[in-house]
Amino acid sequence: MIAYYVRLAVISIRNNAVMSLLMVCAVALGIGMCMTFVTIHYIMARDPIPEKSDVLYAVQLDAWGPDQPASDDGTPPRQLTYMDAVALVDARRAFRQAAMSGTMFVVEPADDGRPFSATGRATGADFFAMFNVPFQFGQGWDARADADLEQVVVLAGSLNDRLFGGEDSVGRNITLSGNRFRVVGVLDEWKPIPKFYDLNTGPFDAPAEVFVPFSLMPALELPRNGNTSCWKPRDPGHAAFLASECVWVQFWAELQSDAQRRAYLAFLDNYANEQKTLGRFERPLNNRVLDVNAWLDYERVVNDEATMMLAVGAMFLAVCLLNTIGLLLAKFLGKAPEIGLRRALGASKRTLFAQYLVESACIGVVGGVFGVVLTWLGLRGIELLLGEIVTHLVDLDVPMVTVGIVLAISASMAAGLYPTWRACNVEPAAQLKTQ
Amino acid sequence: MLEMTDVAKVYRTDVVETHALRDISLAVAEGEFVAVVGPSGSGKTTFLNIAGLLETFDGGRYALDGEDVAGLGDNARSRLRNEKIGFVFQSFNLIPDLNIFDNVDVPLRYRGFKAAERKRRIERGLELVGLGGRMTHLPAQLSGGQQQRAAIARALAGEPRFLLADEPTGNLDTATAAGVMDLLDEIHGNGATIVMVSHDPALAARAERIIHLTDGRVAGAGSTGWTG
Repeated sequence: MIAYYVRLAVISIRNNAVMSLLMVCAVALGIGMCMTFVTIHYIMARDPIPEKSDVLYAVQLDAWGPDQPASDDGTPPRQLTYMDAVALVDARRAFRQAAMSGTMFVVEPADDGRPFSATGRATGADFFAMFNVPFQFGQGWDARADADLEQVVVLAGSLNDRLFGGEDSVGRNITLSGNRFRVVGVLDEWKPIPKFYDLNTGPFDAPAEVFVPFSLMPALELPRNGNTSCWKPRDPGHAAFLASECVWVQFWAELQSDAQRRAYLAFLDNYANEQKTLGRFERPLNNRVLDVNAWLDYERVVNDEATMMLAVGAMFLAVCLLNTIGLLLAKFLGKAPEIGLRRALGASKRTLFAQYLVESACIGVVGGVFGVVLTWLGLRGIELLLGEIVTHLVDLDVPMVTVGIVLAISASMAAGLYPTWRACNVEPAAQLKTQ
Repeated sequence: MLEMTDVAKVYRTDVVETHALRDISLAVAEGEFVAVVGPSGSGKTTFLNIAGLLETFDGGRYALDGEDVAGLGDNARSRLRNEKIGFVFQSFNLIPDLNIFDNVDVPLRYRGFKAAERKRRIERGLELVGLGGRMTHLPAQLSGGQQQRAAIARALAGEPRFLLADEPTGNLDTATAAGVMDLLDEIHGNGATIVMVSHDPALAARAERIIHLTDGRVAGAGSTGWTG
């Protein structure tokens, strides 16, 4: 009977084109608005590395000054000092670990083309394996390159396209800010969203175009690109900065079990106690490791505005559905004579309920399809409005399209419940005489 | 076939009670052609609605084909309507969005017949009423007489035991009305039980028996001497 109901629904929708169009528009607008915000919220809130998010930990050490905590909520600083980051890397107490910071380079093309700037990330050899970074060509550098201060570089695919026309550039040299680097790897498409490993440089920005060893920071005096917080005055100069109590280094550790996590935390506390004996770490022990999702929650990647927009989208959908209820009520009650006739010919209330609910669902399907199109347009509009901030946010994926259409069908059926119930309770005898 | 005993129906509003049927008792035998006549407001339509299970009643007993219908749920009443009763209405009541074939198909869908069986019954029914060549026409493309013929085909498609006709020629001109009555006569001749409500004495005279309703009561009954 479902096929019969669908056929009747199509005939009914076609023969009441204006009213059907109004309902489709109401559903599509509601779905479009709601899905636009749901999509943004969903992408903001999703797990950027689900296969490893429970074994990757952001490390926080409380090296802040004694007078007040680093944050109002008493949590430790979000980043580490250079000294502590290097010490933790050297200790190698995690399965993998990486200290890192954003940086910037001026790329000087070999063909005498115009130099241009590129975003960079100084990090350790473990970075690529820790974060499952995919490669087109070559691979990341090894620990020896870190230790030997080798000037090696991994390029993003986009930069390799620009510099080498997309060819395998492994082994070739490039000049970055006046220093020669040897290409050891070229990344494949890689855009973790949010960019969980460094939220300072924009949680939804693209990853860096250039990756170099973090150990080169002092020798090449690489500039920092990110957030730096200091609780204590520092002397001028790069070396003094690296020796300062300023926090600016992100540190991640891969800990493959809860036992490893506990052991690493104990190691951090021991390290802090050692530092206390040297006159540092004057605050009470307050070190912690947070896995990826806990880290994103702590950093409030999904901010209050996004949550508020989600609520506004839901309310907009509710308003559209109320309009749809009104239109369906008018349509179905307008069919009272037909309903009375069908009752006379043997349709039970349950049968008619199913028939008109299927019609509501069909309106939902059409509304859902247009709603997904409106969602796409809405996301493009937000992209135009907010620019780069959301450039990487606004891709509709298959699950979201599916959710959009299922939501439209569910919403339409929910909107159709009351009109359908009213229609099915039409007194057939009264209608048959008046048709 | 149909047996009502002391059946009563009262319509109530906040301020008034209207006794549409006052303890009427009557029976229609298998294969009879009965006309129910009476002035406007006499309770003819209420009787027909109750007989067709379109309305409930407030008192008495009604048995259709031996089955007491009081207390039946919506599903059971719908099933009985679908299987045992065919309706012919004054205003034809064809669904305007569906063509004639699909209109006749409606009760067969609810019966759950397979597609081939439905097609066979629809084509046979429309051939019987002379509309075999009009199956894909919409109701609006047919004359009043043709629409009523289509409605009769729909009523007969499920081969019901009992045909209820409410002023079946009320919206037709005299010549067309005569054609429809001839068709009903033919159907009755084939063994169908027919109860027809009419205010037209000439049409009622074509039934085997006439039941007079007045003010919700059976005022009298008599044979018309019609022989079919």
